[in-house]
Amino acid sequence: MKKRDIILIASILIVAIALFLVVELTKEEGEGVTVKVDGVKIAEYPLTMDGTYPLNGGTNILVIEGGKAYLTDANCPDKLCVHQGKISMTGETITCLPNKLTVTVYGTEQSVDLVS
Amino acid sequence: MKTKKVAFLGMCIALSMILSFVESQIPPLAAVPGVKMGLPNIVMVFMLYKVGAKETAIVSILRVILVGILFGTPLSMIYSLAGAALSLTGMIILKKTNLFAPVTVSVVGGILHNVGQIATACIVMETAQIAYYLPVLFISGTIAGVLIGLCAAMILKRLEKMKL
Repeated sequence: MKKRDIILIASILIVAIALFLVVELTKEEGEGVTVKVDGVKIAEYPLTMDGTYPLNGGTNILVIEGGKAYLTDANCPDKLCVHQGKISMTGETITCLPNKLTVTVYGTEQSVDLVS
Repeated sequence: MKTKKVAFLGMCIALSMILSFVESQIPPLAAVPGVKMGLPNIVMVFMLYKVGAKETAIVSILRVILVGILFGTPLSMIYSLAGAALSLTGMIILKKTNLFAPVTVSVVGGILHNVGQIATACIVMETAQIAYYLPVLFISGTIAGVLIGLCAAMILKRLEKMKL
């Protein structure tokens, strides 16, 4: 294990932290959430409208409350999406891979996406 | 190929399949999709240094297919294959440079595994927003890579005398 190993691993961690900071610092309060299934937008909800909304024919249940959005139930086996917490800042996303469903917060302007 | 080598490779496939299954039984480490420890990579890293790139690639592909058929879905197989392929390619290239230790190679492997899976998710779900998870996966991939790498290094040391 030589110096160059440490340098490489350290640089990777620095890149990771830098990416993390970029994501965190460009976040703003979002306006609403876009729901996509298989890449296709199927619904949009403003964060101001509190309510419970079944998504995608009921495979996932979205709740908007107090300016935050989160999933309370899903028909997928691992229910990771339900445990992903509440989102409200632009770019934040809740994903349900088995149902190919994403809930993403959008803002007043297109947020910087990391892949461009 | 010598019988001993065939038997050993068969054992490697079986071992990585078991590790894959054991890993799937552990509750998710984080709510982020794709955060796994990468236990099968212990076998991959070990094989890379003990047997070689070609054999490791074959064992890796076979493992993904077999695990996909037995325990997974066609979709999970695609994610798995993307992660494993990117991970192994990166590790083979890095090892060829002969500049870094097995642990470092494993770290790069771990990260590329996660990156590969996330990139596939972006393509499958046609949304780039999932890239938002990238920083978390980088860090988890590094930690996992270090632990897996140390494990593989220890096994390599103990089986130093084994001839194939």
